[in-house]
Amino acid sequence: MKRELKKIDLPPPKPFSLSTMVGYFVILVLIALSYWSGIAVEFSLSRLIEGLPYMADFLSRMWPPDLTVLDRVWKETLLTVQLAWVATVISLFLSLPVGFLAASNVFESKALRSAVIFFLNADRAIDALIVALFFVSAVGLGPFPGTLALAIHSVGMLGKLFADAIEAIDRGPVEALESAGAGKLATIRWAIWPQVAPHFISFFLFRFELNIRVAVVLGLVGAGGIGFLLTQYMRLFQYQKLATVVLVILVLVMVVDFFSARLRKAVL
Amino acid sequence: MSIIAKNLSKTFDGGKTYALKNVNLTIQQGELIAIIGLSGAGKSTFLRAINGTNPAGTGDLQVLGVNVPQLKTSQLVGLRKQIGFIFQQFNLVKNLTVLQNVLVGRIAYAPLWRSLTGIYSQEDKSIAKKALDSVGLEGRYYDKARNLSGGQQQRVAIARALVQEPKIILADEPMASLDPKLSEVVIEMLENINRERNITVIVNIHVLSLAKKYAKRMIAFRKGEVVFDGPPSELTDEKVEAIYHVDKKAMDEL
Repeated sequence: MKRELKKIDLPPPKPFSLSTMVGYFVILVLIALSYWSGIAVEFSLSRLIEGLPYMADFLSRMWPPDLTVLDRVWKETLLTVQLAWVATVISLFLSLPVGFLAASNVFESKALRSAVIFFLNADRAIDALIVALFFVSAVGLGPFPGTLALAIHSVGMLGKLFADAIEAIDRGPVEALESAGAGKLATIRWAIWPQVAPHFISFFLFRFELNIRVAVVLGLVGAGGIGFLLTQYMRLFQYQKLATVVLVILVLVMVVDFFSARLRKAVL
Repeated sequence: MSIIAKNLSKTFDGGKTYALKNVNLTIQQGELIAIIGLSGAGKSTFLRAINGTNPAGTGDLQVLGVNVPQLKTSQLVGLRKQIGFIFQQFNLVKNLTVLQNVLVGRIAYAPLWRSLTGIYSQEDKSIAKKALDSVGLEGRYYDKARNLSGGQQQRVAIARALVQEPKIILADEPMASLDPKLSEVVIEMLENINRERNITVIVNIHVLSLAKKYAKRMIAFRKGEVVFDGPPSELTDEKVEAIYHVDKKAMDEL
């Protein structure tokens, strides 16, 4: 038996629908916005092209890197890594209680949770450099205010990640612990902690990785370490020594990324 | 007397729907009871009202001599350590060992420092090992819970309930995640525990044949109300039909 296909009447395509008009308009607005902002930042292709020989000159002066300063560079690199490490460890201890307080499935007090979440959001919004300015005015220049700043700033991210991990746990074991008459602390210790600990270690390593990079930048503004050395050589026009610093930073970041990624894979 | 419920009710949807409606029950120490009924009939709500993890709304619920709705959180801990609970999904901590999971049942008896460090007394450890032996898991003490089969995990959960040295064991659909053969193993175990240790066992169950075979008393819930309470022999086909009957309107809502 042959069945006839029903003809479906499609409406003729409209040349211009409202939504495509809106689309063109949005694109126009975005172009105008970019042009307006480009003028504000004095964007100039000709200046960039004129600058090219100077860039080449700069780079050629860096070559070959002066490896005689390697000892000093190594010492300052160590300080940068130490700063990042101490800051990340402090932030870990601060983030643990904060993470549990910010998670909606651990404690019942809603007011406390809202306050903690507000602090975390505010902390993430304020860059480590700005926090550093605050601590410099409190304890003076050097690596110490940088460490404090980085520690406090890291809580914003670590605390949030910890809270998210806690909220994602399987609720079953919590129910089992509560039903067996376990108190709040024992329930956290045996039903929540075993589920989140591997994630916490992974987040800690990830934050340490980020903090090394931030610690380099903090050095630029006076927290010491390899970032400080970088500005020094720059000011003294010692470009070949500067090249050594840049190379060491590159190697440092790559090495830390490599090992951190491996460790994180191993714990999860 | 193990459990006495008087006019126990609980509503949700802002009072429109009853999870429990005017429940009156008396359960003696050492009974083995199967609770049957459709999903959402109030079986789970009733079990969780007994140990206070899902507090009942109104009415009285005497459990082991205390009125559960009036207990504070700190007092609930004292009651719950005498009540073992077995879950459909086993609710083990998957990346801990079998032994650590069973020792969870001793937490309420251990001092705080022991329960937080996990350094349990030799006595607690031997109680836990003995319980694992009694459910046929000797030699598996240090395996990770995640590496056990479903049936083995449920036996770990039974051992966890046993080390609480409970007066009551509540089991919420303990066989629903297991195949039929393992289901029978689990209910046999619960029956043994009930008979040998005089522990009151209340099992929510959806396999009618197993319920009739092992329970000495059956209670049926429908829309939060107790609609049958008696020995399996009195549960006729017409009564079963009335318990499990799904009316047209409810089907449409599904």
